[in-house]
Parts: sequence; C-alpha cells; structure tokens
Amino acid sequence: MSARLLVRALRDPDGVTALDARGWNDLIAMARAERLIGTLALRIEDRPVPEAVRPILSDARLEAEREARQALWEADRAAEALAGLDVPVVLLKGTAYAAAGLRAGQGRFIGDLDILVPREAIGQVEHALLRAGWEWVKDDPYDDAYYRQWMHELPPMIHAGRDRMIDVHHTVLPLTARQTPDAGAMIAEAVPITNELYMLSPEDRVCHAAAHLLADGDLAGGLRNLWDIHCLFDEVDADALKARAARHGLAAHVGQARRLAAALYGEGARLTVWDRIVAARLLARDGWGRERRKLLRFAFYLRSHWLRMPLAMLARHLFTKWRKGHRPA
Amino acid sequence: MKHALSLKIGPASFRIGSAWRQPVEALARLYADYPTPVDEVADFTVRLEPAGLFRRWFRPSIYITGDHGLADAAPMSLAHGLLAAEMGMNLQMALGWRRHLLLHASSVEKDGRALVMTGESGSGKSTLAAQLGERGWRLMGDEFALLDLATGAVFPFPRLVSLKNGAIDVLAAEASPARMGPLLAGTAKGDIRHLIPRSEAVGRMGEGALPALLLFPRFGHEADIRTVGQGEVFMRLTQASTNYVALGEPGFAALTPFVKNVPARAIDFPSGDDAVALVERLWEELA
Repeated sequence: MSARLLVRALRDPDGVTALDARGWNDLIAMARAERLIGTLALRIEDRPVPEAVRPILSDARLEAEREARQALWEADRAAEALAGLDVPVVLLKGTAYAAAGLRAGQGRFIGDLDILVPREAIGQVEHALLRAGWEWVKDDPYDDAYYRQWMHELPPMIHAGRDRMIDVHHTVLPLTARQTPDAGAMIAEAVPITNELYMLSPEDRVCHAAAHLLADGDLAGGLRNLWDIHCLFDEVDADALKARAARHGLAAHVGQARRLAAALYGEGARLTVWDRIVAARLLARDGWGRERRKLLRFAFYLRSHWLRMPLAMLARHLFTKWRKGHRPA
Repeated sequence: MKHALSLKIGPASFRIGSAWRQPVEALARLYADYPTPVDEVADFTVRLEPAGLFRRWFRPSIYITGDHGLADAAPMSLAHGLLAAEMGMNLQMALGWRRHLLLHASSVEKDGRALVMTGESGSGKSTLAAQLGERGWRLMGDEFALLDLATGAVFPFPRLVSLKNGAIDVLAAEASPARMGPLLAGTAKGDIRHLIPRSEAVGRMGEGALPALLLFPRFGHEADIRTVGQGEVFMRLTQASTNYVALGEPGFAALTPFVKNVPARAIDFPSGDDAVALVERLWEELA
C-alpha cells in the first residue's frame, strides 16, 4: 500500500466516486497525514460521495478557509510590524498562494508565516518583530547560534499573544548548501500583492518551491509541496523558467520537480532512476496514515543533513544534538 | 493494521487499528451493545502503535496516534491498552471535531432537558454524571458535551465512563458487574475502571436535549453553592472547549445564548451522596 491512491484522487477526482468504504477510509487517512485533506476536498467539489464522507469533506473545506483567514491575518500583522522600516516584505509558500488567490493555495494547509527580506535588513526586521510581540522559540544557545551562523533564516519566532510562528528568511537555502540561489534577484523581481506585501515572480515561485523540496530537507510533507509545484507550473513561461532556474543554479532541481509533478499529478513523464527513488519516498504512506519504508525515509533524513553541511561539520552537529538527547524519528 | 475495529459513539465514528490483539478485544467486549458501523466510512482513524523498534514484543508499549496526534504523547503499557484506545478516540475529538462546540464537560438528561457539568480533572463531574446515570437520569457523556451550533441543543457522546480511584467502588456498588470493565491499576491517573453506560444511554445516543442547568462541581470541600456571573461562565466555558477558537464566529454565536439562557452555579460537596441530593435540589429550583 502506498499513497498512490491519494495522488490518483488529486489528479483525477472523478475516480473517487468508485471507491468503497475501505477505499475512502484509506484515502482520508492518507490525505490527513499528508496535510492534503483540504486540497482533496476542494478537488472533489460536489461530486457524489457516500453520506458519511460529505461532512468530513465539508469540515476540511471550512478548516482550509480558517487556515487561510488566519494566515492572512498573520501576514497583515507582520506587515504592520515592519511598516516603518522601508524594507520589502516578500510572502513565501502557503501564505503567498492564499494572499494572491493562486490555485496552489486552494484548500492548502498553512503552518507558519514565511517571509523573505533582504539580508542586510535582517537585524532591523528582527528588532521590529520583537518589539511587536514575537519572541524566540529556541532557548538552546547551540540551536540559536547554529541558525544565525549557517541557516537561510532567523531562528523561528512565535507571537506571544496569537501563538503563531514566523520564519524570517534572508536567502533561499542554508548557507552551507551546494546551490546558492540569488535571493537578491528574487526580491528585485518580486511582484506586489498589497501596498506592503510582495510575492515572488511566477518563475521564482517554482524555483523556490523546487529548491525546498529537492535541495533541502528530507521530503517530509513532500506530496503537498509537489502539489504546490504542480499548480505553480500553470503560471510560468517555460523559457523564462529555464533561464531563471539556470541563474539560480537550480536547473536540475526544477527539471526533476517538473518530471515528478507530471508523473504523479499530471500527464505522466519519463522518470530517471533517481526520480523513481524520490517518488517512492514521496509515496511512502499507507491507508492507516502510517509512514512506510522506514529505511528509505531514514536514508533521506541522512541525505538532508548531508545536503546541509560538509561531513566534519555534520559529525560535530549530530554529536552535539545526540548529547542533548535528540533522536531521529 | 493487524487488529482493527470500528465504533460509533454519538455523532462520531472511529476506525481503531492496533498492533496488538488485546486492546481491540477489550473494546469489542465493552462496546458490544453499541451500533456497529458496518461498511461505513469513519470520521477518524486511531492507531495504537509500538512505541519503539522492539516495543511490540519486548516490554510492549503503546504510542497513541491517528489522524490527529501529539508528538510528545507519553507511551503507555500494553496492560493499559483499553485506556490507550479511549484516549486515542478522545484525542481525535478534542483536536479534530468541528461539527459542534466541544465542551470538556459531563452531561445528563431528564424530561428532555440537559444538565451540563464542567470542571477540571478531579472535580467530580464524571463521577457525578455516572451516579446520576444510575438514578433515573440518562447519561449523555462523562467527558465531552457537544453543543449544536445551530439549535443550541447538547448532544451526547456516551463513550465508556472512565472511573478513577475512589469513584470505582462508588459505582461498582450501584452497577451490575457485567457493566464494569477490567481494573487498570497504576495508570498515570491512578487506578481506572470503565463502566458501560446503561442501555438507554446507548440506545438514545443520537438524541440531543436543550441545556437547562450548568454546574461547576468541586469535590472534597464543605458543601456550598455560589452563583457565577455570565462573564466568568463565558471565560470558563471557552477554556473548557477544545475547539472554540478553531470554530471562529459560529462558536461564539453558539456559546453566547448558552451563557445568557442557562442558569449556572458553582457547587462544592464533601461526598457523592451529598452531591446527588444537592444537584436534584438545584434542578428542582432552577431548571
């Protein structure tokens, strides 16, 4: 059992009308585990579904609406906090898709608020947010120092009153990553959504999403991120994207993202061996919502660290974390 | 999963999967008289998984999760598997239910009207509801009261009553042994035994009732009755609700008439028998 059932339902929602109760239970558990239940509910729309499924899907639609409302309010609060700085604030990921009404935002689960600001303004931004009620989450000095020295974002902050997290990015990938996408160029080409808030250009949105899915992290939540990419491809010009990806050093990642999105959510694509391994990892979920293929998952977990840091640094990092009691899930 | 069971409790249905046979068998026995959702799609999936690599066989211990889970949930011994399954279902309701305003409260019904009791763990609300359920009231639930967003009626969630420590003997003296679950000794909350609600409570689990009295019970104090202002009632109910914030405006719109229309009292009592008498008296006077 793999998450193919979920992928098929997103690609071709007409197919769900043939599911029996067992199939529905599997599909719903997978969609919840991959945080795609809202997207699925919107894809299914008003197709005929069993009596018991209807309230589950309408709950998911309401939850997605709330999710978007809350995310936009958080963006509004951040814009207010940063208004006096004369710094462009670029919304990233889910909040940007919801704010701009993109297809990728429809029904999307939105966790933290992610914003991108120019690296030279990072100190000002940090102070302004602290003044406006955000505070540090990580109380561990090692974690804090690690973020500041090596990461592409500030250590995460949470708003004391609203209990919502903000990630302030100053570039795309960790500073130790092999690729170095040009965050300055992304900010320069950003397009306005409101008077205060921007989003990345259509091509940069794909580059950013592909970099996060395939050049960083362990592919947790990857089916959702790949669905984003699948939708984001709608709005890009193929040649412009090619040039842009090359400029950011992400041509290979954008190419792979295109093949994977087409294979899982679109018209199909010829996959390389490496593509197939990534696809197997993306689909490693069963009908009870459980993670499958523990070894493959662990391999990608190791890879995520390998991508982030040279070996000696990785060894030091893992040893420090292990001494503090951290174990991989 | 290897062992599985589906259950319907009030308006919610659950698919429970377990790596072990025992929790599912215990559930099947205690929920035998509940309606079985045959070939039905469940609202929630609950999973009882081994808490670590070898924890299926070696010192078996359960990690409770499902559609909704807590990353830092403490693992539980397999001997407490029944409790783990119950906690798994509660967890889904607390984190995922959106069709009613969910109040952490017990409730009982008489003559088509409901008495709602809320308070912290150990306040006695659960025991009190169970006792009333044995003495002419219909038990609607010992853990969650479901407030309908449109009509303001309270709907039942009559899962097994979870009796703790001293409450076990109190109810064992009133209910037939066949309705008592196994003794789960030494859980994080002390000794626990489950009680199967009376058949009327199960048979009418789809039937709501308009709330007529709200009580904030407190066990182990000198008998006392205090009025509670609407502002305080509102605040305490929002704290007792797991989904008030998530529901947004509909939650506010449902809670406001409840607070305005339902008389509320805080009651202290030294023993269960005193409490039952006190509640019956307040019900006569106020409801």
